[in-house]
Amino acid sequence: MNSTSDDTMLLTTPFHSRVSRACELNAWGSWKGYTTPKAYTDVELEYFAIRSTTGVFDLTPMNKYRITGPDAGPFLNRLVTRNVDKLGIGRVGYTVWCDDAGQVMDDGTIFHLGENDYRLCAYARATDWLFWSALGFDVNIEDETAAVAALAVQGPTSCAALTAMGLEGLADLKPFGLAEYDFEGETLMVSRTGFTGDLGYELWITPRLAETLWDRLFEAGAPYLIKPFGSDALEIARIEAGFLQAGVDFVPAEEAVRNGRTRSPFELGLDWLVDLDKPLFNGRQALLREREQGSRYRFVLLDVDGNKPAHNSFIMKGRRKVGTVTSAAWCPTAKSNVAFAQVELPHGAVGEELVAEIYYQRELHWTRVLAPCRVIEAPVFNPPRRRATPALPF
Amino acid sequence: MLERNPYIGGATVSRELHSGWTYSNCSYVCSLLRPEIARDLELPRHGLQVVPYGGGVTFKQDGDHFGNYYDHERQYREMARHSVRDANAYERYTADVMKQTRLIRPFLLRRPPDPTSLKWRDLRDLAEFAGAFTAMGEEGLADTLKFWTKSVGDYLCEYFESDVIKAHLAGSGIIGTALGVFSPGTAYVLLHHYMGDVDGNVGSWGFARGGMGAVAGALARSFQSFGGEIICDADVDQIIVNNGRTRGVALKNGTEYRADIVVSNLDPKRTFLDVMDAADLPADVVHRAENFKIRGSSGKLNIALDGLPTFTGLDKRSPLMLGDMHFSDSLERLERAYDDWKDGTWSQDPYLDMLIPSQADPTMAPPGKHMMTVFVQYAPPRIRGREWTDEDKAGFEKSVLDQIARYSPDFKDLILHCETRTPRELEAEVGLTEGNIFQGELTFDQLLFNRPFPGYAQYRGPVKGMYLCGSGTHPGGGVMAAPGANAAREILRDLRLPDIVPGGYADD
Amino acid sequence: MTDHDVVLVGGGHNGLICATYLARAGRRVTVLEAGESPGGCAATREFAPGFSVSSCAQWLNQLNPEIIRELSLEKHGLQWAARNLASVSLDAGGRHLVLQGEQLEGERLTARDRESYPSFRRRMLRYAKLLATACGTRPPKLVESNLADRLNLVKLGLGLKMLGREDMGELMRIILINMYDLMEEHFDSEQLKALLSLHGVLGSHMGPRSPNTVFGYLYHCMGEHHGYLGPAQVQGGMGALGNALAASARDAGVEIRLGTRVAGIDTRAGRVVGVTLSGGEQLRAPLVVSSADPVTTFEGLVGYRNLETGTVRRVSQIRYKSGCAKLHLALSGAPQFTGLDPSRLGQRLVIAPEMDYIERAFNAVKYQECSAEPAMDISIPSVNDPTMAPPGQHVLSAIVQFAPYAPAGGWEQHRASFTSSLLDCLEHYAPGISAQVVGAELLTPADLEARHGMKGGHWHHGELSLDQVMMMRPFPGATQYGTPVAGLYLCGAGSHPGGGVMGQAGHNAAREIIRREAAA
Repeated sequence: MNSTSDDTMLLTTPFHSRVSRACELNAWGSWKGYTTPKAYTDVELEYFAIRSTTGVFDLTPMNKYRITGPDAGPFLNRLVTRNVDKLGIGRVGYTVWCDDAGQVMDDGTIFHLGENDYRLCAYARATDWLFWSALGFDVNIEDETAAVAALAVQGPTSCAALTAMGLEGLADLKPFGLAEYDFEGETLMVSRTGFTGDLGYELWITPRLAETLWDRLFEAGAPYLIKPFGSDALEIARIEAGFLQAGVDFVPAEEAVRNGRTRSPFELGLDWLVDLDKPLFNGRQALLREREQGSRYRFVLLDVDGNKPAHNSFIMKGRRKVGTVTSAAWCPTAKSNVAFAQVELPHGAVGEELVAEIYYQRELHWTRVLAPCRVIEAPVFNPPRRRATPALPF
Repeated sequence: MLERNPYIGGATVSRELHSGWTYSNCSYVCSLLRPEIARDLELPRHGLQVVPYGGGVTFKQDGDHFGNYYDHERQYREMARHSVRDANAYERYTADVMKQTRLIRPFLLRRPPDPTSLKWRDLRDLAEFAGAFTAMGEEGLADTLKFWTKSVGDYLCEYFESDVIKAHLAGSGIIGTALGVFSPGTAYVLLHHYMGDVDGNVGSWGFARGGMGAVAGALARSFQSFGGEIICDADVDQIIVNNGRTRGVALKNGTEYRADIVVSNLDPKRTFLDVMDAADLPADVVHRAENFKIRGSSGKLNIALDGLPTFTGLDKRSPLMLGDMHFSDSLERLERAYDDWKDGTWSQDPYLDMLIPSQADPTMAPPGKHMMTVFVQYAPPRIRGREWTDEDKAGFEKSVLDQIARYSPDFKDLILHCETRTPRELEAEVGLTEGNIFQGELTFDQLLFNRPFPGYAQYRGPVKGMYLCGSGTHPGGGVMAAPGANAAREILRDLRLPDIVPGGYADD
Repeated sequence: MTDHDVVLVGGGHNGLICATYLARAGRRVTVLEAGESPGGCAATREFAPGFSVSSCAQWLNQLNPEIIRELSLEKHGLQWAARNLASVSLDAGGRHLVLQGEQLEGERLTARDRESYPSFRRRMLRYAKLLATACGTRPPKLVESNLADRLNLVKLGLGLKMLGREDMGELMRIILINMYDLMEEHFDSEQLKALLSLHGVLGSHMGPRSPNTVFGYLYHCMGEHHGYLGPAQVQGGMGALGNALAASARDAGVEIRLGTRVAGIDTRAGRVVGVTLSGGEQLRAPLVVSSADPVTTFEGLVGYRNLETGTVRRVSQIRYKSGCAKLHLALSGAPQFTGLDPSRLGQRLVIAPEMDYIERAFNAVKYQECSAEPAMDISIPSVNDPTMAPPGQHVLSAIVQFAPYAPAGGWEQHRASFTSSLLDCLEHYAPGISAQVVGAELLTPADLEARHGMKGGHWHHGELSLDQVMMMRPFPGATQYGTPVAGLYLCGAGSHPGGGVMGQAGHNAAREIIRREAAA
């Protein structure tokens, strides 16, 4: 017995000493049981750090599972909708995974670290599902959430800042690529990944060196105008970039209580992640049937007239309610008013004109707006620098 | 309203048996009380305050414990201390149990339809019931049927690997029930304890400030505010039946009350076998009442304490001290406790559901002192076929106190007074036949349209003008107030009066 | 190009029945059986020199007579050594209870017992008839039902209504409860209550007090509905039934390969393609039918890694804990049961003096212990069928409840002591029997698993309890014999309506396969 239940208070990440010093607003939230800042200084300024200089986000609470063993590859291939065989060593892939009914349980990223060695990053805790999925495979699964400290370093000067910290040659790392550096005698893993839709990297290191990494990063990054950002700023950035959030834009399949409230990858606009040519994966048979018989919903990006975010709005076609908004934000860089919505098919084709029923209040006065909106094909923010290799200095 | 005892409340009662202490002598926590009824009868205005307590703890024999924290994330971390997989599986478990809870809750404030009837109202209700089932989908429906027919032990084994977590959760599947954790049907009993809520938090439990008597007190004041009259010390001898319909009741002291409608809040056995004459009843009702299963399975200790006891490995300021405490750390120990009941004796290693409400409620004990309520399972209605003796009662009490003392070194020294109630006392004082706390076992032959008997599940008795409104009717016991409300609705209907009884809240 | 339309894994009775119907419908069927003789649990084995015994199932009391007729089993060699045997509940003092059909004899019966039993039995048979209707077809889906399912549902609903209001209400009251309480409601005699409640728990991991055992009893009563007023004994042991089934199958064109163990069922892209034998040989076929239990089929043969996770979870949650062992004794002479007329020695002898006795026996197995005083269902087949033992000598075969699958320390530590406690138990009723024993064999649940490939040694291929019947058997997603693997079907007792030597699962599966493959 090495701990008692009295030790189960809210956790802090290995960066906490630095994060709490920087968190001038004392605006804290809980992310998967970790104390995390909603904002450090000012949400707007933090957002613009991501879009104009470099923003840093403490990613440690993200659920991380290390998957090793001779069957690691086949195991993942059965688990997720993408073809993991096509993911080379040193590459990262975004994917979703489904239950047998083809309903999305979660989305996340797979890091191919080495031969028979992978890391799965997931929004929701997945131990239970991974356990059941592992039966019949020679595979070892370890929850390394607390064993790996992680920072997201995102923004146009992020490559420059990290290079200044000593990560030579980082500019040549391709999107979704992995590189390893020596850092104080330990391995610092860097992936060109992120949740902001901009040039950006994620850093992975042992918790022991977390504070050192933070200090060196902010020291080296100072000339590149580096700044920490909290979850509020991230929310704007990810909507602008068109990224889904589990638990917000869809209900993880096994958490749903009401029949019919879950969504398939097709219904979330993630067809490109589903490889039906793969002989076997969870949800394949159901998804094949859905392909034949048709889906119920379509996930759409909406460009909404006006500047009032369409939070929680009904989406109307004429007088009929055809959908609901799951995420919405005014996007400061793209200067557009974006909403994610799930609409009933056949609605939601690109270009279709719909109406968002928006309620907002100013000084206790509520206004109802019927804002015209249209279905757009691609996220409103998608700069070439996101993909440019070698990465640009700013 | 006629009450045999000098005080009202039945098993929902607070009494001072030791000067300065208030005991919730029988029922001791509150969750199932339908909020629709509490609100409609203005119980808060009449003095009822229910304070959620949240959480609980099961002590392990190795000195550790499992804490069931109210906060979801903290509970995750505590579960993960015992098993990471279980901590994660608990999220799926919660969703799955909630599916079942959502299915059953809308039917609590409804009369159960009679599946053998061809009446329009029954067919309509049945269709609605079937609709709720089919809305769960083919697999969801199969899961539901499995849930209703499975043992709580087997059900929990589908999710969890940790013995102490399974044992902690399994308790709700056996409380008040003459079944073991591996008896099929106990998963439903689990549901019976999960389907309540405090302020919309489904599954959570609370203390009634002032003890459970506060529930009865508020109900009485509400009743009186509408002109109701309560007569205590009125021991009913007989429901008077004349020409196939009720005419009133006669008390043991000879007083008679005349009324066209007589409603019995007694359990079906007492109603049909004690206060009614077999000659006034159809033979099958007498037969069914005789066969009605109402075996008690539990006892109760109420203890006045000189201070807050110390529990090994648990800080006295821990929120877990406020919750329900248990000492059975494996399903096997729970099952063996049931084997003793089957053998006709009290459990040598009993399952306890123990709380110290005086930590949250200042009215229960003098400042600095405490009141402890200990629900004990199992205790049979008779000891190997004979009545309980005082020696048996002392042995029962000892098995409980000894178990607590194994985890709390100063517990025995703090005891100022202890009220011990075996099924014998529960029957003699409260009138719960055989000491069954639900006025009838919660097995499928006595649930829904079978409660209390097939054909009589809609609150109407076999004699015109006679009704049942106790926990022996759907949806059963647990201080729920639903049977009474449902009965009132049927009576109003027969009287061709408007239905003023509230229905259930919509989707939770 | 393949030589088979269907490869059928396992030549047990359900497998052979399914194969025969498929072959008669024009399919080229190959049955692969690991054992050296066909029949699976319908087997006869010489366990001591000159002494043979039905080594798994010992009575025939559920095999649907329609199947016997349709497969011409009597023409193919099925002979009856005895039929409609009485059940004798043994009393150590010799005051036995004898039950045969509606006939009830015993000096300890009360007037109420004698009066109640016939009406009780008739009512139970009405329920058993309804249950047999439900068992005769695939279990209907309730939500995604198609026309066939809806017709089935209507048929069952009508059957329920046709019971009349009182019987229907009573069925809906008792269907989920336990035998203990039901018996207490109806009877006085402990012997009678115990004998009937044993019927409710035979082959299961439940005691008379376990809810759902009334269902077990009704299930047992289906035998009577099919015309078995008591158990029947097959001439030559149950293996002769296996041979008759095999002969019927071959007659229909089925190829049966004995001594051929299937190592794996091969799949590609979620579809079955054939099987691989333990020797490495591969047989290709568009359809594979497994009569193995679902856990063995999916975990052992298909492999969890070739299934979707939800299916894996469903399969691993099937309850298949058995509590049954089998005792075989070679006896130098006819045993003498106290007070038992020797003419009854060939009947079914039961040791279950009271319900609490059975319940106590059950308590032990909950904790993986052996019952100190187990219940027994005894057959002395050599009385009705002298071919089973050398002249003048006898064979005793007993189903023993309860014995655990894995007692602490392993079976080898317990085998001798349990066997001797069983002999002590028999000695109590048949003094001197121990001295007559010239050979003994105990088959534990683990042995039955090893010999017959039944997971957990469970003769129903998975507990037959209400949470595992109808549209829940073996698990949602495989309830109509088809499985989540396209082209793979189940036809064993693990599917609706379960086992005992009933044959219904094999029959229903064949019908479903023919129907579905015709539609495809």
